[in-house]
Amino acid sequence: MTATERTREPLRWQTAKIARIAVQTPRVRSFWLRLSRPFGFLAGQHVDIRLTADDGYSARRSYSIASAPGVGDEIELAIELMENGEVSPFFHEVAQEGDDIELRGPIGGYFIWNASEPGAVLLVGGGSGIVPLMSMARHHAKEDSRAPMLLLYSARTSDDLIFRDELASLKARRGSFQLVTSLTRDPAGTADYSRRVDAEMMREVIARLPEPPREVFVCGSNPFVEAAGQGAIMAGVAPKIIRTELYG
Amino acid sequence: MATRGFTGRRGPPDVQGRVPPGQSLTADFPVLSAGPTPYVETKDWSFALKVGPKTIKSWNWAEFGALTQTQLTRDIHCVTTWSKLDTNWSGVLIDDILAAAGLAEPPTLYMLAHSYDGYSTNVPTADLVGGKAMVATLYDGKPIAPDHGGPARLLVPHLYFWKSAKWINALQFTERDEAGFWELRGYHMYGDPWREQRFDGD
Repeated sequence: MTATERTREPLRWQTAKIARIAVQTPRVRSFWLRLSRPFGFLAGQHVDIRLTADDGYSARRSYSIASAPGVGDEIELAIELMENGEVSPFFHEVAQEGDDIELRGPIGGYFIWNASEPGAVLLVGGGSGIVPLMSMARHHAKEDSRAPMLLLYSARTSDDLIFRDELASLKARRGSFQLVTSLTRDPAGTADYSRRVDAEMMREVIARLPEPPREVFVCGSNPFVEAAGQGAIMAGVAPKIIRTELYG
Repeated sequence: MATRGFTGRRGPPDVQGRVPPGQSLTADFPVLSAGPTPYVETKDWSFALKVGPKTIKSWNWAEFGALTQTQLTRDIHCVTTWSKLDTNWSGVLIDDILAAAGLAEPPTLYMLAHSYDGYSTNVPTADLVGGKAMVATLYDGKPIAPDHGGPARLLVPHLYFWKSAKWINALQFTERDEAGFWELRGYHMYGDPWREQRFDGD
């Protein structure tokens, strides 16, 4: 385990400029934020965003960092448009390149993976739960890690797979990285699985690793994380090596 | 700093005073967990009260159910920024647990709550007694679902909800304020939502 020491440095708010916006899927956009006070972070950590109205009312949300650690003064967030949301509609419908946004971070000392850790690692992401796992996959590639890494990524349709092309490229280029996709709506049968994640799928996916996983990271909605986590336990994974992060 | 173009979505005016800064209301009941849900059956369940390393009293499910039961309706606030109003819980007040263990006065100023999954969190004793907190076994009159912390969870509604440990199996008096799971990982030692004590240094 890393980064378990209490951080004594208070987390300070800073201003970041939206340097670039890109459409990732029909519901997800990436925002590259240029930090005024750059910080180092670990793969899997998140930042808190604070939006403030003219009358002082403010809203906060946490967003995982999608970038790999150590890539300069910009961080990438991939934000899904939530129905009846407050902050995500602002990002999708109002925010523009050049706007200033308040944030602080990095936050989170548990759902993190470091390429220096030995052993196989299993990543299981549902929907926008891919984001912190993407940071881990990019970190794995950037450090040219030989640790066997397998990402099981579930989404509704092929078009909803965030980072689809980049993940396909990682899979093609890197022998130590495996990608398995699972789509709940897959009329063309393009994915490895055409159903929701279940215990049988977890068992088969874990068997694809050359050795039992030393760490398992699961991120997604509550039902997704429950299905993947319990499936991993049924496949023989010790609960204590399974780390979860949930949204909504 | 005002954010260009952000107007925000405030809650209904009649409840705005009940929503701490930076929080927004939800009608759902989101879940937050560091690991997979442990499924604990009530026949296997037990709860211990400890002073330091020493267990001074423990209860099985039936014995715990025989203690004085209390109902609390409280607003709850998660550090991930959702707040939920008027949540209804039943269980045993910490006061009644201490009395059942024969403790007239709390022996120390601090407590740690421990859970079946290895989770822990620290709360000052003063925030657990005086009718402020309970070990809850019912939510909305029904058994608490496993992913929400059943069979039993701590309820300390006036602090951020990570202090309300799910799957609780022990309360331990400690001499010092010892950091729990999230507190060791940068979260605030106390966690008052009205002072936005989310992280260490807030």
